[in-house]
Amino acid sequence: MKNRLLSNILFYLLVIVMALVVLFPFLWMLSSSFKTQVDIISWPPKILFEPTLRNYARVFEEQDFLKYFINSTIVGGLAVVFSLLLGLPAAYTISRYAQKKLAVFILLARLMPGISFLMPWYVIFSRLNLMDSYVALVLSHMLIALPIVVWIMASYFNSIPTEMEESAMVDGATRQYAFLKIILPLSGPGIITATTLSFIFSWNNFMFSQVLSMEKTKTLPIAVYNFVSYAEVDWGGVMAAAVAIMAPAIILTMIFQKYVVKGLTMGAIKG
Amino acid sequence: MFHSNFLERHLRILFPLPALIFIALLMIFPVLYTLGLSFTNWNLTSGMPLSFAGLRGYARVLTEPRFLDAVWRTFYFTVFAVAAETFLGVAAALVLNRAFVGKSLAKLLLLLPLVATPVAVGIVFNLFYDPTIGLANFVLKSLGLPQGHWVSHADSVLPSLIIVDVWQWTPMITLIVLAGLAGLSDEPVEAARVDGASEWQILRHVTIPMVMPVILTAMILRLIDALKTFDIIFAMTGGGPGYASETLNILGFKYSFEYFRMGQASVILVALFLIVFLCSLGIMKLRASSEI
Repeated sequence: MKNRLLSNILFYLLVIVMALVVLFPFLWMLSSSFKTQVDIISWPPKILFEPTLRNYARVFEEQDFLKYFINSTIVGGLAVVFSLLLGLPAAYTISRYAQKKLAVFILLARLMPGISFLMPWYVIFSRLNLMDSYVALVLSHMLIALPIVVWIMASYFNSIPTEMEESAMVDGATRQYAFLKIILPLSGPGIITATTLSFIFSWNNFMFSQVLSMEKTKTLPIAVYNFVSYAEVDWGGVMAAAVAIMAPAIILTMIFQKYVVKGLTMGAIKG
Repeated sequence: MFHSNFLERHLRILFPLPALIFIALLMIFPVLYTLGLSFTNWNLTSGMPLSFAGLRGYARVLTEPRFLDAVWRTFYFTVFAVAAETFLGVAAALVLNRAFVGKSLAKLLLLLPLVATPVAVGIVFNLFYDPTIGLANFVLKSLGLPQGHWVSHADSVLPSLIIVDVWQWTPMITLIVLAGLAGLSDEPVEAARVDGASEWQILRHVTIPMVMPVILTAMILRLIDALKTFDIIFAMTGGGPGYASETLNILGFKYSFEYFRMGQASVILVALFLIVFLCSLGIMKLRASSEI
């Protein structure tokens, strides 16, 4: 009995240590974002301090973060919508006709280093006068979102019995009609998983936007990165910017926790 | 359209066609374009016309110490980061693999690093590592240990970056292995317990072998991504100090978008592409042959 209690205490201690390791950078970022510059550079680091909102005010007023926020949302949102349009039908036939080679082909986009497409995109988009355009940015982010959509939706469709659409087809419906009216309405959870994950990956993308966007279409990660290079010592502002960029992805994750876990782990378990 | 016979008869081609065309235009064509450029000496800033250079670009880049160092660093970073992530990730999964109060909260916490914007994570760690105001050195000093240079010194920069990668991606291994453990049947473990096996023996000879395929898959996923690590390195050091944290991805980026030596950049990109491709292929073959 005593042994059991001891092992339970040990277990919870271990869990708390792990939680602290995971949380620590977030807590440090959050607390620094409310500190004045003086408090941030004070030594030893201050645990107790008088919180200020000035960092946030500075970031949103002087840096025009709202604009970058909207840009990130537009680019991520459009990339996800178009990836669903292209990806859902592809995932459906991959699942129903066991098109393995096709699946691997689309997944290559997930595996291969982005920079090996980025350099040619830069050359081509410059020639087409599409640098700093939403078109170029959305296309590049679709290459992030599409493989995620196809990967998640193909395994989701696999879990829907084929009888579902076959019974409709016996009654004379075409397969595409059955897909649209029977399969898709059953696919809500899969689509939520695919949408959340691909949006977050697009939201966090740095490399593509760093090269393809400039002042007009600049997304948040680039704005945060530039903020550091311009304001090397303004740690409070930088931390407020870091909080602002991470908050949406974290809130989405909290709302759709179950779906995000499923999306991140499903491939490996089936694999 | 929903009742078209033509569409139905050719559904297996027409449904995936838009996605296929998209991937061909945005991935396959650019990769071939890069391959083509790698045989030229094109420099975007020189204003000289593009000229065919055959294998001279390869001969020049592949023998350059800066390139070879980057290759070595890429593997160093990948091997140590993934090894640490796998070890810690599996250990954490084994600890958490039981019912306890707050389990779903623990799982939510594990998700947070995975969805945190890497560039911002890098910047937060830069504050943490800062030699004069950072918490890392404060902790070391409080413990009476010598203070570190972290990312500001060539000797410590790679391990410091690896720590960031380990912090961010270990939870991914934990979550995947946890899901794998949840899918196992209890019978073999119970049988071993009845036979009088100790907990350690059960872990080593029953649980871990059963979940091994899942561990390997998680490792493969991490390995492929670790080879391509860009955001945290670029944001934290930009490849520096000097070239001390310049991996292939960073080197390729600099040749492309800082020096605009597109011909030589292409050689680097082809090399990185081949490394990632061959590693993925090799591991998958290895995994296929090790499984029954």
